[in-house]
Amino acid sequence: MGLDITWAVDWVRRSAQVISEHRVALITLDREIGDGDHGENMDRGFQAVLPKLDDLAAGSTPGDVLKLVATTLISTVGGAAGPLYGTAYLKAAAAAGSAVSLDGPAVAAILRAARDGVVARGKAESGDKTMIDAWTPAVEAADAAAAAGTDSAGVLDAAAEAAEAGALATEPLVARKGRASYLGERSAGHRDPGAESSALLLRAAAESAAASAGA
Amino acid sequence: MGTPGKVGIVFVSHSAGIADGLVQLARQMAPTATLFAAGGTDDGRIGTSFDLVTAGIAEADSGSGVVVLCDLGSAILTAETALDFLDDESRDRVRIVDAPLVEGGVAAAVAAESGDALDRVVAAAESARWAAGDGEPTGATVVGANAGGTTDTAAPQPAASGYTRSIRLVNSDGLHARPAAELVKLASTFPQKVTVNGTDAKSLLGIMSLGLTKGAQVDITSKDLSGREAVDALAALAESGFGEA
Repeated sequence: MGLDITWAVDWVRRSAQVISEHRVALITLDREIGDGDHGENMDRGFQAVLPKLDDLAAGSTPGDVLKLVATTLISTVGGAAGPLYGTAYLKAAAAAGSAVSLDGPAVAAILRAARDGVVARGKAESGDKTMIDAWTPAVEAADAAAAAGTDSAGVLDAAAEAAEAGALATEPLVARKGRASYLGERSAGHRDPGAESSALLLRAAAESAAASAGA
Repeated sequence: MGTPGKVGIVFVSHSAGIADGLVQLARQMAPTATLFAAGGTDDGRIGTSFDLVTAGIAEADSGSGVVVLCDLGSAILTAETALDFLDDESRDRVRIVDAPLVEGGVAAAVAAESGDALDRVVAAAESARWAAGDGEPTGATVVGANAGGTTDTAAPQPAASGYTRSIRLVNSDGLHARPAAELVKLASTFPQKVTVNGTDAKSLLGIMSLGLTKGAQVDITSKDLSGREAVDALAALAESGFGEA
């Protein structure tokens, strides 16, 4: 069963909720190795998306929702997360196109487009201790799941699990990109906040998919 | 809208205070240039605003192009994202320049003020990278490191292979504002490192901060003879009085 507009809207609402719940935790992570604004910025961005969901035109697609998230995050998140996540959602929206329903391979393609967008924007590589360290394992797991014939909810679940492991694995890394890179060796021992928020958002996507599959 | 025929400049900073201050600083030497500050977030916090950057670029663009200078990483990301949303024609004439914000910004503003084309304004901003020591040999214990305006240029010890011209400033403003900018622009056309009283001749703020006024002695030096042509050119420019009385 494919993922439709109901899933997309539910994902945004869950994202806003989970980011809000983890606002302080993200701020704490970011304060340790960055400028301490990641939780607040992400919370502001997703809270700004919520009222706009009500204005979506009838017949809107998942791609329309992704684009709405993209433009809102770009305009309201003041830190690097704005352009990075904004680009991710924008590329995801382009990959989703006008499809009204997304199957497993389509979901995997969307995640890949989002990851490629973040790489192009931020020029980070795997191991740089950035959100890419959550995204790349997620994309690879999603591709493998889709290739094995898993449905879209299963693809997202695989992606979320890999992203969570990837975020955890940023802890020992020394940052080579972003504000944390100014800390050099001292950035080791802390989880990257962008990788953490990426894992939270992908888990929210998987939960929304599981909920809509069960509905 | 920007001034027709002139390149506009947008300063993107996480801090409104930095961006506004930079406009004020550059304005001293570029009083009529189109300069926009895009600092801080929409609601006045520390951060960068996609909307402010987008508006700044639109305002600064008279059709002759826009140079965008940024401070920290996410300011660059925001500016790049803003460019993504421009139509192809506009985007072609907007350049995000990787240069020190203050030195590059002032150098770009001076070039824009003089009516330089986009590529020249970009080059002016980038010249500040050299001035900041990026990629340049920095070991330059300058010939005549005892310079600082003193007159003893006769026998600086490492001078064996160096070349120095000592002149006296004849123009009324000395090495300030536009004369300083002209000197720096000329110095930047040479690959060799040349110093003015021990300060890198490619550093606009460095030259200005020497505070050299009319009648001051100026030692223009290259630590090796390959810079002779550059030293002579700069000396000739200074001796000409920069077109001033």
